[in-house]
Amino acid sequence: MLTPVLSDNWDQDRCWTLQAYEDRGGYRALRSALEQQPDALIDLVKASGLRGRGGAGFPTGMKWGFIPQGDGKPHYLVVNADESEPGTCKDIPLMLASPHTLVEGAIISSFAIRANYAFIYVRGEVLHVVRRLQRAVQEAYLAGYLGKDILGTGFDLELVVHAGAGAYICGEETSLLDSLEGRRGQPRLRPPFPAVAGLYASPTVVNNVETIASVPCIVDNGADWFASMGTEKSKGMTLYSLSGHVRRPGQYEAPLGITLRELLDLAGGVREGHQLKFWTPGGSSTPILTDEHLDVPLDYEGVGAAGSMLGTKALQIFDETTCVLRAVLRWTEFYKHESCGKCTPCREGTWWLVQVLQRLERGQGSEEDLELLLDQCDNILGRAFCALGDGAVSPITSSIQYFRQEYLAHLEQGGCPFDPAASTLFATAGAHA
Amino acid sequence: MTEEGFENSPGEVQAAGLDAETIGELRQIAARYPQARSALLPMLHLVQSVQGQVTPTGIETCADMLGLTAAEVAAVATFYTMYKRRPVGDYHVGVCTNTLCAVMGGDVIFERLKEHLDVGNDEITDDGRITLEHVECNAACDFAPVMMVNWEFMDNMTPESAVELVDTLRSGAEVRSTRGPRICTWREAERVLAGFPDDLADEGPAAGPETLVGLQIARERGWRAPDPKHAQQSAQHSTRGEQ
Repeated sequence: MLTPVLSDNWDQDRCWTLQAYEDRGGYRALRSALEQQPDALIDLVKASGLRGRGGAGFPTGMKWGFIPQGDGKPHYLVVNADESEPGTCKDIPLMLASPHTLVEGAIISSFAIRANYAFIYVRGEVLHVVRRLQRAVQEAYLAGYLGKDILGTGFDLELVVHAGAGAYICGEETSLLDSLEGRRGQPRLRPPFPAVAGLYASPTVVNNVETIASVPCIVDNGADWFASMGTEKSKGMTLYSLSGHVRRPGQYEAPLGITLRELLDLAGGVREGHQLKFWTPGGSSTPILTDEHLDVPLDYEGVGAAGSMLGTKALQIFDETTCVLRAVLRWTEFYKHESCGKCTPCREGTWWLVQVLQRLERGQGSEEDLELLLDQCDNILGRAFCALGDGAVSPITSSIQYFRQEYLAHLEQGGCPFDPAASTLFATAGAHA
Repeated sequence: MTEEGFENSPGEVQAAGLDAETIGELRQIAARYPQARSALLPMLHLVQSVQGQVTPTGIETCADMLGLTAAEVAAVATFYTMYKRRPVGDYHVGVCTNTLCAVMGGDVIFERLKEHLDVGNDEITDDGRITLEHVECNAACDFAPVMMVNWEFMDNMTPESAVELVDTLRSGAEVRSTRGPRICTWREAERVLAGFPDDLADEGPAAGPETLVGLQIARERGWRAPDPKHAQQSAQHSTRGEQ
């Protein structure tokens, strides 16, 4: 039921070091990749069915195939390590425990797309992860896996670890590129897509950490092996992150298509004496689901058919003590804070969403405010410059869909009917502010 | 404090407050990139590590070096929340108050710390030791409620452990991250983010207990990924097997 591949070395002594990584066959995939033609590697990744693990699920091999070849321009690989989507906590532990998995994947991927310069754009707020990445890259240079004439093959690659400075929007790939060019992180109009005009207006592949980290095992074990896990259109294994009101929160690496019921079983269920109320399948930008959806296959198609998105597989679990309006308001405040300000629907819209939600939470306003909220959402969804605006409305529209009565209860009671102390982890310890 | 020597002779950046060594390191950062402007974010991290905040001097120095206007650099510096335009304490203490951590106790922790330290959000204590700020999701939700000290993880916090943590920090005693090394100062942390490692990479564990929970279950039950040797056969059937 669980298939540890990316996480398989995380319990090994000093697994973040080159020595430990090589002891388990690390960089074997790199040696084999460098003996192949770059196009063969792109075909291999296409055949594996690997899809982007950063949320969108775009086929990775196809993305690589969009890079024009023989165009005379430099190509770039940029690893998106800006993990910031609320609930998402998979890339950070991966890089902390096994940064070499990512570094090896980055070298192979750069070779495949014929890039001689690559970047790991890591959010700045994770100091020890930055240290581990810096050390891993330094070790890889010293071992001859990076730099000039890698392993005598004539392939050159520079890899730079670049720390961001605090901006959720930089997880959006074109904002990330602007940020990496030393600008404010604001999204770019597409087309042109990064594959044609990305970093420095040159062909660029931007891939999530988990995506790139999945490349070495595909090279090592083959596309058929990878595709033997998962479901028809969602191949391979992936990291599911359980958090919130569960007994054993943490990382669970399983084939795509496992269900929340199965994962909750492994995690010991919702915390003792409580029941599941709502959950996110893939971070706060994916519409919330309820206990009706326990048997939805957690793959790209299954969660889509249930009216949400697989996203980053960040399963945030909330039990019946949690006020859905409080949860949604807090997410909305987050989107308002993180809106980059470039486009009006998102910049102004998220501000107004907060105003209306605050009014409702105080038990003021009226039932018509729910229609007002939905109308505001309708004016943001699909009208914002990038996906941040779409993400901002997801929790609102989905929570009104499933919990309209709870919104109304705030109006009837003149405030929030929930005791926030009851949802804290230390509720039983009697700790109060 | 007044700053003199603001005018720079052409080709020679001699800004007050930034010594020759820092200027040299800023140039080193710029040299890492195919185009120098890409260095701006790490350069501003270095400015913070030297000057304790992003100063007008720092902005002008970066602008001069990269051929930008001060306004262009200031536009970048004001966009990102990690850049501070006011002095920051030795310890930047962040409390995650995004939804999941807030619900699990982050709100209570943040209120308790504001009261205990007698500061508001993004304010510094009278002794200059601690800046308190509520932070957004820091990618450690399985360890909620989470705090960050100088961007090191402090996992599974309670109001009591949070108070104890800031008291220990103020006393000057050593504090260790739950998934990292002993906590350095905020300025030292900013230097690492600028790309100058501090040699602490090998400290701390590989992972927290939560990180390993799925792996341990797999080990206990003997679950593993398919054997690559049998991939050819099993490729015919999905491992989920039902189809």
